[in-house]
Amino acid sequence: MIEKADVVIVGGGVNGCALAYELSSRGVEVAVIERKHLAAGATGRCGAGIRQQWSAKENAALAIESVKIFERLEEELGSNIGLRQGGYLIAIHDEEDMKQAEKNVEMQRSLGLDVSILESDEINDVVPILDVEGMNAIGATFCPTDGHADPSKTTHAYANAAMRKGAKIYKFTEVQNIVTDGEEIKAVKTSRGTIKTPVVVNAAGAWSKKIAEMAGIKLPNVPYKKEIMVTERIARIFDAMVISFKDGIYFSQQEEGQILGGIPPPETVTGYETMPTLPFLEHMSRTITRYAPILKHINVLRQWTGFYDVTPDALPILGEVKGLKGFIQCNGFSGHGFMLSPMVARLLAQLITGEKLSLPIDRLNLERFEKMEFEAEKSVVG
Amino acid sequence: MKIICRCEDVTEEDVVKAIKEGYTTLDELKHVLRLGMGPCQGRTCIPLATRILARETGKKVSEIELQTSRPPVVPVPLGLLASGESDKND
Repeated sequence: MIEKADVVIVGGGVNGCALAYELSSRGVEVAVIERKHLAAGATGRCGAGIRQQWSAKENAALAIESVKIFERLEEELGSNIGLRQGGYLIAIHDEEDMKQAEKNVEMQRSLGLDVSILESDEINDVVPILDVEGMNAIGATFCPTDGHADPSKTTHAYANAAMRKGAKIYKFTEVQNIVTDGEEIKAVKTSRGTIKTPVVVNAAGAWSKKIAEMAGIKLPNVPYKKEIMVTERIARIFDAMVISFKDGIYFSQQEEGQILGGIPPPETVTGYETMPTLPFLEHMSRTITRYAPILKHINVLRQWTGFYDVTPDALPILGEVKGLKGFIQCNGFSGHGFMLSPMVARLLAQLITGEKLSLPIDRLNLERFEKMEFEAEKSVVG
Repeated sequence: MKIICRCEDVTEEDVVKAIKEGYTTLDELKHVLRLGMGPCQGRTCIPLATRILARETGKKVSEIELQTSRPPVVPVPLGLLASGESDKND
């Protein structure tokens, strides 16, 4: 193991690996410490979606810029990431939904996004398998450049590109302590040795709160257990990811043909429990077959769990912590870390190297929770 | 060319190459090759991949950690699960 680095990143998920790539591209000596294998946490377990239709301007802006990077990422990193832009169709169920949708679309359009509101009879033009009555939709919003990519392939593509530029990635290595003098970061102690460094990035997903505690910093993040399932592969029958904020469901047909989807389990569980449940699978099956009855013939192959690292406003915590120089947060993604990762990584690399930031991130600092003045993201599923 | 995983079209060469690239656990091979993600739930490929992994890394088969197993044990139609009774209040 190396003895010193300019930056140590804790967490080998997509955000940690993307940041390692952005930093090593700028000539920064960086080490990534991952407790298991790459993408073993939320990244490799997530719904793979890439959505720009958010209610909070910060999330929408990060997602829109991330899509621009995703579109060129295979070329930039030199490996396949399975990007497929089939759009996201968001169901609108009632007048209240419609008001929020109109507000969201207006804001999203002000950021340059191609997004529109569909009438109920236009829904089947976009996703023919949907039962518009069964899903209780009076309309929908649709953005054609939303889509999905393979989170595992994307993470490995970033990691391999980072290593080619000199980044060191230590898998199956646990962070045991973060050494500070109370004002500045000094080193990271791991199960394989100590690395001296002035900068630590906390990209540990659902475990970020524990990592921050090692440095004496308290995060408001809470891990929520989430469940997801996948079916067998079938010939392509729809292109868009279908979601509903009211029902909490999301499902899409992935690159290889399998249908992947999730919904909040009937019982909300916080903490680190990982057992998949039958009530989830039945609730998911009932809801997805109500939305698309034809899917009742399709076989479920697997179900598994993962965690959302949830903040009080469902927006990520990004940037340096006040009072501890060199301690950078990159967590609290609340279920949308994969889709924001390309831009988040670029911005944090700019922050760490002292470049001008291409988007402001001051509103996403940890200190916002002290004042409790924030408008929460409303458009969350899963 | 020897096919290891019939569901996901993975060959022995693919597995050996991935191991040489540093993916030395069954969970990682699953993530990078989709090994065991098909309808047979890994029944064919996982025992074969375990032996290849043991051979390439100089370990005993018994020392190779099994990949995380996921329910259901056999594929189940969504329609059948939708008629289930375990959460009637939903």
